[in-house]
Amino acid sequence: MTAAKLSLSAVNRSFGPVQILFDVSIDLLPGEVHALIGENGAGKSTTMKIMSGYLAPSSGEVRLDGKAMVFGGSQAAESRGVVLIHQEFNLADQLTVEQNVFLGRELRRGLFLDKHAMRAQTVALLDRLHCRVDPDARVRDISNSDKQMVEIAKALGRDAQVLIMDEPTAVLTNREAEVLFEQVDRLRKEGVAILFTSHKLDEVKRISDRVTVMRDGRVVQSGPTSAMTEDAMANAMVGREMSDLFPKRVSALGQDIALRVRGLTVPRYADDVSFDLRRGEILGIAGLVGSGRTETMEGLVALRRHTGQVEIEGRPVTIRSPRDAQMQGLVYLTEDRKGRGLVLNMGMRENLTLQSLGQFAKPFLDRKAEETALDKAVRDFDIRAPSRAVRVRNLSGGNQQKLLIAKIMQTGPRIVIIDEPTRGIDIGTKQQIYDFIHRLSAQGVSVIVISSELPEVIGLADRVLVMRQGRITGGVEGPQKTEDAIVRLAMGLEARTKGEAA
Amino acid sequence: MTTQVTRPGQPAGPGHGINLHVLGPIVALLVLIVAGALMNPNFLSYANITNVLARSAFIGIIAVGMTFVITAGGLDLSVGSMAAFIAGLMILVMNLLVPSMGAGISVILVGMAVALGAGLLAGFLNGFLITNMRIEAFIVTLGTMGIYRSLVTWLADGGTLSLDFGLREAYGPVYYGGLLGVSWPIIVFLVVAILGEIGMRKTAFGRYCAAIGSNDQVARYSSVDVNRIRLLTYVGLGLLVGIATIMYVPRLGSASSSTGVLWELEAIAAVIIGGTMLKGGFGRVWGTVVGVLILGLIDNLLNLTDWVSPYLNGAIQGVIIVLAVILQRENRPEG
Repeated sequence: MTAAKLSLSAVNRSFGPVQILFDVSIDLLPGEVHALIGENGAGKSTTMKIMSGYLAPSSGEVRLDGKAMVFGGSQAAESRGVVLIHQEFNLADQLTVEQNVFLGRELRRGLFLDKHAMRAQTVALLDRLHCRVDPDARVRDISNSDKQMVEIAKALGRDAQVLIMDEPTAVLTNREAEVLFEQVDRLRKEGVAILFTSHKLDEVKRISDRVTVMRDGRVVQSGPTSAMTEDAMANAMVGREMSDLFPKRVSALGQDIALRVRGLTVPRYADDVSFDLRRGEILGIAGLVGSGRTETMEGLVALRRHTGQVEIEGRPVTIRSPRDAQMQGLVYLTEDRKGRGLVLNMGMRENLTLQSLGQFAKPFLDRKAEETALDKAVRDFDIRAPSRAVRVRNLSGGNQQKLLIAKIMQTGPRIVIIDEPTRGIDIGTKQQIYDFIHRLSAQGVSVIVISSELPEVIGLADRVLVMRQGRITGGVEGPQKTEDAIVRLAMGLEARTKGEAA
Repeated sequence: MTTQVTRPGQPAGPGHGINLHVLGPIVALLVLIVAGALMNPNFLSYANITNVLARSAFIGIIAVGMTFVITAGGLDLSVGSMAAFIAGLMILVMNLLVPSMGAGISVILVGMAVALGAGLLAGFLNGFLITNMRIEAFIVTLGTMGIYRSLVTWLADGGTLSLDFGLREAYGPVYYGGLLGVSWPIIVFLVVAILGEIGMRKTAFGRYCAAIGSNDQVARYSSVDVNRIRLLTYVGLGLLVGIATIMYVPRLGSASSSTGVLWELEAIAAVIIGGTMLKGGFGRVWGTVVGVLILGLIDNLLNLTDWVSPYLNGAIQGVIIVLAVILQRENRPEG
C-alpha cells in the first residue's frame, strides 16, 4: 500500500460550543479516488474545509506526506498542492477562461503580463483535460461542465496533488458528468489524490476506489468501494434500513381540473404548451436540462413574459405578476434555492414570512405571529437548525429546502409547482420531502414536480409529461411510466403514447 | 493576509461579535460627547446642543430617506442638487406670488406645497429611470445631480435667489421658532426619524427593502413587487428632500448654486456610519440618526476648540467613514 498523500488524523472541530466533527480520520492516497458520502449536515463540508486549509481543526492533525501541517489558510494549502473546488464555482464570471486559470498568479515578463506563455500553458492544461473550451471565452458564457473543467485546469495549473471536489456533479447533466468522470479517471492515472462528495450513489459506485461514510460528524464506515453495494452505502449514511423511498399512493384522484393551461408560450423557451392538472394530482415534468421546463413554469406564474390561456378551478385568470398567481393560489418554488429561493443573510423567520408578509402586517409586522409561524414550520417540516437566530446561509441544503417549502406553503396555495424538489439533498431528507408532497396531494392540493431525476418523477408522480425543446412531446402514466419511455420522449424519439389531448 | 474569516456555508459561532457592530456607532457618539465636554465647557450647553441639532436636521431628514434607498440596494447622489433646485424653485414661486397674495402664510403654504410636489416628482423621476428603464442608480442620479445643480444656477442666473424680505419675516419661525424651546427643524427631524425607524423595523415595506437589497431575485420569486418598492424608496427620499428644503429656506432666505453642495455625500456617510450596508440588505434608521449626530458634533467640536483646524473637518469625517466600514466588515459574513 502506498503512503497517504494527505490525511486527517483524529480531527475534532467545534464551532463555539457545538462540536461538528468527532475523531475524523481519513487517508487520501495518490492515484486513488475517494468518495465522501453522508447526509446533509453529516460534516462532509467541514471535513473538506479542514483538508484544504479553509478551517483549522480544533484538535487532531492534518498530515501532508506524513508530516503534520498547519495550513494558515486556503492559499497556504493551495501552494502545497491541496486544492478545494467549491460547488458554487469560484470563477470570475467576467474574465476569460485564460484569465481565470492564471488568476492571482499571472505570469509576468518584467512589468507586463506574459500573455504568450499564459496562453500556451492554458491551452496545454485544457488539452490535458480534453476540454475544448475557447481560452478567450468569458466564463459567464460557458457551460457548467466547462466551468468545472476550468476549475480543474486552474487547480492543475497550481500543480495540485490533492484535488477535493464538493459535489462536482450536482450542477452537471449526465453527459457533462460523464466528461468529468473521464477526466477524473485520467487524473487518477497521473497519481493525483482525489476526494469528492456526491449524493448520487451510482456515480460513487462507478468512479470511486474507496468510500468513506460520515454520519453526525463521525466516520461510520470506510473501505474499498467494491466491497459496498449502493444499498449498503445508503443504509450506512442514514443509520437505518431505508424503507421504500416513495410513499404509497393512498388517496384516489379527484376528477375536477385545478389548472388548465392552453397555448402557453414563453418567448425563446416554451412553445404552445398545453396541459391539465387535476385536483390533488401530482404531475411530473421530465425532460433534459435546457428543455424549457423551468422557463415554462416561470412563465406560467409571470416570472417571465408569456402568452396563453390559463384557467384555475374553471375560472379564466390573468396572471401579470407572481403576486397575481399567488392570489389565485398558484405558487412556484424555484430550483435555485440559494440564488432565488432564500435570502441567505437573513434569518429563518424573515425568510419564512417573506412571501406572505401581508398576513403578518396589520399594519405593523406582528413579530409574535411570525415566531409562532416559525415554530409551526419547524415542527411541520422538521427543520433542524443550530439555533433560531441562525442565518439561513448556515443551514444545510436539506434544511434550506424544507424552509423554502414551508415558505411557499405559508401562502396557502392550491396549486404548487416544485422545481427540482430534492436537488443536492441527502436521502433521508428526500424521503421526508416525498412524504410531504404526498400529504399535500392527499389534502387536495395539486402539485407539479419538475425533476431531472427519473426515478423521482416516476416514483412520485401520477402522470409524467415530457418536454423537449420547449414543447411537450408526450405524457406517460400508469404502467407506461418507465424510464425508457420518458428518455425516448425527452430525446425526441417516436412517442409511443399519445400526447396530452389539447 | 490573516487567517481565513467565516465563509458561507459554515456554521457561525454563537455571539457573532454582534455587540461591537450594534453598539459601535453609539459608543463613538458617547466618546465624542465626553471628549467634547472635556475640551470645552460650552459644548454641552443647551444653546450649543440645539444649535448642532438644528443644523444637522436637514441632512438628517434626507439621510433617513437615504437609509431606505441604500437598504434596498440603491443610491441617490442627486439629493444635494435636488434640495438646491427645490429651494430655488420655491423662492421663485413665492416671490412671484407676493404681489398678488401678499407676504403672508398663504404664500408660504403654496411654497411648501411646491417644495413637496417638486420633491415627489424629482424622486419619482429618479426611481422611474432606475426601475422601469433599468439604468444603474449611480448613473441616473449622477445625471440628475448635474441637471438640478445646473437648473438652480440657471434660475438664479449665476447668482443668488433671495426670498422677499416681507416673506422672510413670516417664514423665519419655521427655522427659528419652535415648541417648548425645541426648534421646528429638530422636531421634524425627530418625527421623521421615529416614523422611519418604525417603517424600517415594523412594516412590510422595511422588510421588503432589506430583502430586495440582499437579493432582488429572491424578492421577485417571493411575489414582491420589486420595482414598486424600489420606486417608493426614491419617491420617499424626494419627499423628504422637499421637507428638508422647507425647513432650510427660512434659515438663510436664499438659494444659489452653492446651496446643498455635498449634502448627498454627508447623507450617505451618515447612513454608512450608522451601520447600514452600502451594498444593501441591511439598514437601520436609528443608526443613521447616530451617524448624523456624529458628523454634526465633529464639525461643532472643531469649531469650538482650537486643537485641530476646522478646515480639517472633511479629513476627520473621511477617517470616521472608513473606520465605520472597517468595523462593519469584521462583523458581517461576506455575501
